[in-house]
Amino acid sequence: MALVLNEEQRLLRDTAREFLDQRAPVAALRKLRDSRDATGYDPALWRDMAELGWASIILPEQYGGLEFGFTGLGVVLEECGRSLSASPLFATAVVGASAILLGGSEAQKAALLPSLAAGDTTLALALEETHHHRPHHIAATLERGDNGYRLNGHKCFVADGHSADHLLVVARSSGDTGDRDGLSLALVARDAPGVRCQRTIMADSRNAANLRFEDVAIAEDAIIGEAGAAWPLLEQVLDRGRVALAAEMLGLSREAFERTVAYLKERVQFGVHIGSFQALQHRAAQLQADIELCHSVVLQALSSVDDNPQQLPLLASLAKARLNELAKRVTNEAVQMHGGIGVTDELEIGFFLKRARVAMQLLGDTGYHKDRYASLCGY
Amino acid sequence: MRPPAIGVNAARFAALYRAPPIARAGPACAVLSPAVTDMVIASAGAAVKLARIDDRPQQPEQETLRVQDLEQFRLEVRQWLQDNCPESQRQPATPEEQYWGGRGGHFPSDDARLWFEHMRDRGWTAPEWPEAYGGGGLDPRQARVLKEEMKRIQARTPLYSLGVWMLGPALLEFGNEAQKQRHIRAIVNGEIRWCQGYSEPGSGSDLASLQTRAEDRGDHYLVNGSKIWTTSADKSDWIFCLVRTDPAAKKQEGISFLLIDMASPGVSVTPIELISGESEFCQTFFDNVKVPKENLVGELNQGWSIAKALLVHERKLMSELGSDSPRQQVAPTAAAREYLAFDNGRIADAQLRSDLVDYDMQMHAIGLTHFRCFEEKAAGVQSPAPLVMKYLGTEAEKVKSELLLAIMGSRGLGWEGDEFTAAELDTLRLWAMSKAMTIAGGTSEVQLNVIAKNVLRLPQS
Ligand SMILES: Cc1cc2nc3c(=O)[nH]c(=O)nc-3n(C[C@H](O)[C@H](O)[C@H](O)COP(=O)(O)OP(=O)(O)OC[C@H]3O[C@@H](n4cnc5c(N)ncnc54)[C@H](O)[C@@H]3O)c2cc1C
Repeated sequence: MALVLNEEQRLLRDTAREFLDQRAPVAALRKLRDSRDATGYDPALWRDMAELGWASIILPEQYGGLEFGFTGLGVVLEECGRSLSASPLFATAVVGASAILLGGSEAQKAALLPSLAAGDTTLALALEETHHHRPHHIAATLERGDNGYRLNGHKCFVADGHSADHLLVVARSSGDTGDRDGLSLALVARDAPGVRCQRTIMADSRNAANLRFEDVAIAEDAIIGEAGAAWPLLEQVLDRGRVALAAEMLGLSREAFERTVAYLKERVQFGVHIGSFQALQHRAAQLQADIELCHSVVLQALSSVDDNPQQLPLLASLAKARLNELAKRVTNEAVQMHGGIGVTDELEIGFFLKRARVAMQLLGDTGYHKDRYASLCGY
Repeated sequence: MRPPAIGVNAARFAALYRAPPIARAGPACAVLSPAVTDMVIASAGAAVKLARIDDRPQQPEQETLRVQDLEQFRLEVRQWLQDNCPESQRQPATPEEQYWGGRGGHFPSDDARLWFEHMRDRGWTAPEWPEAYGGGGLDPRQARVLKEEMKRIQARTPLYSLGVWMLGPALLEFGNEAQKQRHIRAIVNGEIRWCQGYSEPGSGSDLASLQTRAEDRGDHYLVNGSKIWTTSADKSDWIFCLVRTDPAAKKQEGISFLLIDMASPGVSVTPIELISGESEFCQTFFDNVKVPKENLVGELNQGWSIAKALLVHERKLMSELGSDSPRQQVAPTAAAREYLAFDNGRIADAQLRSDLVDYDMQMHAIGLTHFRCFEEKAAGVQSPAPLVMKYLGTEAEKVKSELLLAIMGSRGLGWEGDEFTAAELDTLRLWAMSKAMTIAGGTSEVQLNVIAKNVLRLPQS
């Protein structure tokens, strides 16, 4: 039953919610922002998340993983969306772990996965080179060098790029910018010589960075998958990331919506609760309907990662496109329905609004995924 | 005490959470409440129970169909359909090709009759109803398998029937034994065609304000008033009506649910022409109509709760029009291939391409949500999803029809004549009909009111 959580998954969700309520509510993000925290998340929180098994949910038992399936990770991400908790969960436990798991050699997996599972190593995928998601628009180069390869180029909008221990860099071994062929995935220590990193302060107060690589030496065994043929691997990894973002946006949208509905029952104008105005009721009801659809879409996309990978590209684009739109609509309505207080920094709704915009851009905006869905449907 | 033999993941998971919290995970686990720990144990216990049930031979009272049984059933159904569904019945039916049963019903073809009779004999015109009343006696998952297998070969619905879709489920729930014996089998067998007498000229969305009177005259009720928008009243044998039996009571509390034979003296019907050119619905007049008391369903003045239960079936039916349409329309994607210019494998018109993908995504999401509703029901999970589906499904139908017109351009605007294909003409008629879907069975605005009230629990003015 892909579209109904099983008991263990519900339990995981409930414990996640309880933990996040206590340890990483929206107020924690505000604190990170206001203190201009250099790491951008609380390392102690990440250690505890790892203790709870979150870093290893999708990893096989042999590497110290929980082997609990992608849907399990999805329910945790949804809860993190509700609380807007900043952590390496997305960049490391979803994207990074998937890349090593799906593309790594036995030796690479044995070397990396256990420490990923334990939360001791963090990763970041350095992909984008322009201000829109264009996963094969890659100009960064990976050329043969004396002992391995040399990496040159720049990257932007790299989630966790300034805090991760290692970077997974997408670079070109051959072909032209825009080709799907010729791409490689290289593992680079963030403090390796020739890596320059500039943290960017983004709307959501979370981590992102611009990176520059100048003649960075890459060892033979630091290539994940086959050099020059990384596209199929990359697509799978990106699709998992997209589904994860969709799950996060589902949580974010639900939370912003529930807070708004609560406000409709509390705020009084014209001598009545504003929730009794039909203009607001209908808009809220339409959002509820959309949330129901998105709920099904996210569950199906999550389960397809493990159960039906052939369907994953279509479902990932469906999920990312639909959740982008939901998150935009819900957060806009949430602000509007709160009136003046909705545009204050004091009210937490603004944090949802801002995180939504960043999550919407990550790994493809609505236009990108509508186009991809249409192409996959053959038109 | 650790329960044995639970699923491997559950075991590992339980182990992780049930170890002494502080020792294992420091402050992180300290926040886990006892309630959560109890749940772990409860879940492990449930797993044990399940495992035991699975080990035992199937208990008749258990009624738990295992996956293999369901797959076995699927193979049987597939074979049976292969043997019994005539080739000509394996394609979408035009409105003229639908069989609606009833005293005046006629079969559009011999194959349609054969197909209907085969299905009727297995009770599969109403697959989920009890065998005692002629139904198929299938459990919901089996019924779903049957539906899927019929869909796979595009088998037609053998009997179109408001009796099957709406009245039957309500009668099974609220009717007395004599009513079930008399009416249910006649519905399954397609002998009686039913129509729905709810709306009145003055009572549409505000249905509870209805005025058609039924007065107690000792051994019968005397009915006076009129109903409107009665779909197919002119072709129906019986009508299920909401009537006012207590004018003094609060409006919802003075309504009863009455079954009326359309052949009774004093019943008359006038068809109304629609923008689609069809005249599917009628105004129905009741002039001193005598109705035997045995035709009252449920208690006197309790008709509103029956009406509400029945509306749930009606809305579910309407919400599935798009995904399970009996009247198969051209799919927009197929129409796009036929009517639009392509450029490098893409629809050249960027606006239409964008509209089409929006529609396809919406239908994909709606389809998944239907399936989720089904799974949640089977698993006993409460969910607001069913309450939003009528609104979503019928709105999507309108979008689809507009999209088809846009894709077909002027070819989609032909009203009649040989210059247009049957599919083109049908598209336009269905476009006109699609406007009715967000009105019938509770308008979209009323659906939103219901969501606001019953799901969001917003204050009512
Ligand atoms: C194709 C079709 C088949 C039908 N078949 C049958 C049938 O077989 N039997 C039967 O009994 N009836 C049938 N109906 C009638 C149907 O149930 C009514 O048309 C429907 O309930 C709406 O009532 P109305 O037409 O009086 O519109 P009204 O209630 O007058 O509505 C007019 C407009 O006002 C809006 N409105 C009304 N109240 C509110 C409110 N509280 N808040 C916001 N907006 C509101 C409506 O949404 C609508 O937009 C059928 C209708 C159609 C279109």
